[in-house]
Amino acid sequence: MARNTVTGARSGAPAPTSHVRGEPTTSLLGLVVKIGALGLAAALAVWAAFPLIEAANWVGVGIVAAVTALIFYVYLSPRHVPLKYLLPGTLLLIAFQILPVLYTVSTSVTNFGDGHRGDKEQAIAAIEAYSVVRTPDSPQYTLTVAADGAPDTGDLVFLLTAADGTVYAGDADGLTPLDPDDLTREASGKIVDAEGYTVLTTAQINERSDEIADFAVPTGDGTGIRSSGLSMAYEGQATRTYQEDCDCIVDSVTGVTYTADNVNGSFVSDDGQRLLQGWRVNVGFDNFLRFVTDPATGASFLSILAWNIGFAAGTTLLVFVVGLGLALLMHTRTPLRGRTLYRILLVLPYAMPSFAMLLLWRDMFNTDFGLINRVLGLDVNWLGNAWTARGSILLVNTWLGFPYMFLVATGALQSIPRELEQAARIDGAGAWQAFRHVTLPLLMIAMTPILVSTFAFNFNNFNAIWLTTAGGPFSPDNPLAGATDLLITYTFRLAFGGQGAQYGFASAVSVLIFLIVALLSLISLRQSRSLEEVNR
Amino acid sequence: MKFRSFSVLSGIAVLTLLATACGGGGDDSASSEQSTDGAMVIWADPNRTDVLIPYAERFGEAHGITVKVESIPNEDLQDNFVTAHQAGSPPDLVVGAHDWTGNLVRNGAIDPVQLPQEVADGFEQVALDAVTFEGQLYGVPYAMENLVLFRNTDLVPEAPDTIEELIKEGKKLKESGKVEEIMSLQVGSEGDAYHIYPLYTSAGGYLFGKDDEGNLDPSDMGVGSESSIKAFEKIAELGEKGEGALKRSIDSQNAGPLFNEAKTAFLISGPWAIADMKEAGIPYEISPVPGFANGDEARPFIGVQAFFVASGGANKVFAQEFATNFVTETELAVALYEADPRPPALTAALEKVSADDPDLLKIVEAGANGDPLPAIPEMAAIWGPFGQAEAAVIAGEDVAEAVKAAGEAISEQIGG
Repeated sequence: MARNTVTGARSGAPAPTSHVRGEPTTSLLGLVVKIGALGLAAALAVWAAFPLIEAANWVGVGIVAAVTALIFYVYLSPRHVPLKYLLPGTLLLIAFQILPVLYTVSTSVTNFGDGHRGDKEQAIAAIEAYSVVRTPDSPQYTLTVAADGAPDTGDLVFLLTAADGTVYAGDADGLTPLDPDDLTREASGKIVDAEGYTVLTTAQINERSDEIADFAVPTGDGTGIRSSGLSMAYEGQATRTYQEDCDCIVDSVTGVTYTADNVNGSFVSDDGQRLLQGWRVNVGFDNFLRFVTDPATGASFLSILAWNIGFAAGTTLLVFVVGLGLALLMHTRTPLRGRTLYRILLVLPYAMPSFAMLLLWRDMFNTDFGLINRVLGLDVNWLGNAWTARGSILLVNTWLGFPYMFLVATGALQSIPRELEQAARIDGAGAWQAFRHVTLPLLMIAMTPILVSTFAFNFNNFNAIWLTTAGGPFSPDNPLAGATDLLITYTFRLAFGGQGAQYGFASAVSVLIFLIVALLSLISLRQSRSLEEVNR
Repeated sequence: MKFRSFSVLSGIAVLTLLATACGGGGDDSASSEQSTDGAMVIWADPNRTDVLIPYAERFGEAHGITVKVESIPNEDLQDNFVTAHQAGSPPDLVVGAHDWTGNLVRNGAIDPVQLPQEVADGFEQVALDAVTFEGQLYGVPYAMENLVLFRNTDLVPEAPDTIEELIKEGKKLKESGKVEEIMSLQVGSEGDAYHIYPLYTSAGGYLFGKDDEGNLDPSDMGVGSESSIKAFEKIAELGEKGEGALKRSIDSQNAGPLFNEAKTAFLISGPWAIADMKEAGIPYEISPVPGFANGDEARPFIGVQAFFVASGGANKVFAQEFATNFVTETELAVALYEADPRPPALTAALEKVSADDPDLLKIVEAGANGDPLPAIPEMAAIWGPFGQAEAAVIAGEDVAEAVKAAGEAISEQIGG
C-alpha cells in the first residue's frame, strides 16, 4: 500500500482509483455468486449444528446460529460495506491465528501430556481395569452372553460351562448352577439355548459391548467372572480399588495405599511411588518456572538464544543479499538473452520440497561418503564441529530461501520506475549512489515486511535444523543442548524426548518463544516505519 | 466497540465450527456418544493393511459385523492412536510395536488381554514377555525381530566368534583393498542406541535393573554407572580414534548400501535389511552379533509386533474376541509373515514358515539371549542422551565425561 502511494506521488501518476464501493451489485453473475456463497455458509452451519445438537451443546448451537445470522445480515443488508470486506479475513484470522495462540496459552498452564491426558475418573477407571488379574488357578469357562428378559434391556447373564462340564448362570448377584436338561449345548460345550434366558445375537452383543466388557459375576471376596471375547470367561480380581472416603487407591495384594495428589494429578504412595495413570490438572505457572529455573536450561539458554537470533538474522541477511543481487543482475535495461531460463533455474530450489532437500544436503555433508568431501578431496566433519555445522546450515538454508527473495525483489524492482534512477544519474550520482540512495530505499519499503516475516519464520525453522543436524553436534558434557539448536528444537527435545509428550510444558516454552519473536518483530517493524517516514 | 464485540463473537463461532469439524475436540468429546454404526475398526501401518483385510472380513462374516482396516503411516500410528483415544473415538484394535505398551498403558488407551494358558503356551516366551507390562499381558504378539550379524560369504566364509575376530578379518580385507570399511554398524552424528546395544551389553553395560518380580526398575538406571563407563571405553576402542570400525559417518542411510555394494563384509542390522540384500544379489549368511572376547554375550534388543485392544473402542467384546481367538491362529501369522518377513511369534507358525526360509531360525537363534526392548515409559529418556554419548565416545571424546553427562540428563528427565 505504502509503496503505491509513495511511488504514485513521486512519479506523478494518478492515484489508482479505488474499487467501486457502496454501489449495489446488480449484475446477474454477482447475484448468483452471492446466493451460492451464502448457501454454502448456511450449509456449513447446518453441518456443524448436527453434532452439536447430538452432544446437547446448546451454547455451541447458539453461537453457530448467531454467526450465520451475522454473515447473512452483513451480506444481505446494503449497509456495513467495510464489514463485507473484513468479515472473511477476520474469521480466518481468528480461526488460524488467534485461536491456536489462545489454545496454546491455555494448555501452557496445565500438565497436559502423556500420563495426564484425561480426567480423574478416567485415570481411576484405567487403574482399576489394569489391576484385574486372574485369580490363582482361575477356572476357564466357555461363555454365552444372555439376558434375563428382553435382549436389549434385560439384566446381563453369563451362561458358563466349566471345564468339567458343569453349567452355571452368572448374573450381578453371583453364580447359580443350571440343570443341564434345561439347555442345549454345542459339542464344544458352548450353550446355545437355555430356558428362561434370551441368548444374545452378535448384533445385540455389539449394542451392549461396553456393558459386557465391564460386567463381572461376583464369586467371592473381590473376585468376579469376566468375559474375554465372545466365548471365553475367566475368574479375575481387581487388586486395586478406589476408595472415596480417603480419595485413594488401595492395592489389596501389597497393601499399599496411593493417595490422590490433586495438585499434580496423580496417585502417590507414602514412599513416593507414583501410579502411571494420572489426570490433567491446572498447574498455574509451573511449566514456565520449570523452564526458567531448570539448571540445564539456565546454562545453555543464552547461547541457544544467541545462535537462534544469529541463525534467523544470518539467514535473512544472506537470502536478501543473494536474492536481491541476482534480481539486480536480471533486471537489465535491455532484455537479457535467455532471461526466462535463468529465472526458472534460480527458482528451482524453491520449487523442490525442502524436506527432501534438507535430507539430501545432510548426506552431502557426510564425512566419509558425502559429495562435498569427495569433490573437494577434503576430510572435514562438516556437521560434527560446532562452527562448520553452523556454517553448513546457513549455507543450506540460504540455498533453500534465496529464490523466494529473488522473486519478491524482482517484482519490487519492476514496480520502481527507471526514471528515478536515471534522474539521479543525470544529477551526477554514480551507479552505487543511485542504487544506495534511490532504488534501495524504495525497495526496502516493499521488502521490509518480507524480511521481518523471513526472520520470524526462520527463528522457528524447526525442519532446517532437525533434518540436518538435529541440533548437534553436542558437546560431550551436555547431551541436551547442541551447537545448532534453536529454541524450538531444544524445546522439542525437552518436551517430547524425555517422558513422552508433555504438551503443557511445550506450550509454555512456545509462549515464551512467541513473546521473543513478537518483541523482535515489533522492533523491526518500528524500524521500518521510521524508514517510511524518511521517504514521505 | 461494536467491531470488537463482533470479532469476539465470530471468534467463538469459528472455534466451535472447528471443534465440531475435527470430530469434537476438547471437552465436547466426553459428553458426545461414540458413533455406533457397528463397524469394528483396526488400525495398522500400510505394510500390513492389505494382509489383514481378508482376515478381517472373514472375522466380520463369522460374527455378523463389518470390520474396517484403516492404514496409518507407522511413524504416526502411536500418536494418532493416543490422540484418538483421548478424543473418545479410537479404533477397536491397533497393530503396533510392543515398546509402545508403557505409554499406552500410562494413557489408559489399551485393555489387558486374557489368554487361556494353552493358547499362551503356543507363543514364543520372549514375545509374550515383551507385551507383558507390570505383570499384565497387554497385547497379542505376532512377529519378532532383532539385530543379527550379516556377513558376505564371498569375502568371509566363517562367522566370527568375537568382535575382535570380526575386526581382524575386516581390517585384513580393507588392507587388501577388497572392501572400504571394516564393518557397517549405523551410528550417525547423534548415535544410535538400538544398534549399539549388543556391544554395550557385551561390554558389561545395562540400561535398567530389575526388581524382585523381574520387572524393569526405572530407579536403577545403569547409564553413567562405573560399568557403563567401562563398557563405553571398550566401544571407544573400536571408534574413530581406535580401530576405526565404528564411525559416525555410517548412518541409517548408508549402512545397508555399504554392505549391498560389497564395500564392507559385515553388517549389523535386522531382518528388514534382507530384502535389499537379495535384490543386490549379495551372498549373505546370518549369525548372532558377536561380543567382546573377554566380555559377556552380546544381547540384542528384541522388538515384537502385537495387536492391542483399545480401551475406548466401540466394539470391545469383538475386539477381545479378535485378539484372543483370531490372532492366535497360525494362518493369520503366516499371512503376516508373507507380507513382511519377520519371524512369527507363534511357535507353530514359526516352524511352518522356517521350513522354506532358513534365515528365520537363524534370526531367532541370534535373538535367543536378547532383551525385549524396554516398554516402560522411562525408556523414552534413554534414546537421545545415550545416543549422543555413543557418538561422542566413538568420536574419541572423553568417555567418562560423556557417559556421566548422559546419565545425569537421563536421570533428570526421568525424575522431572
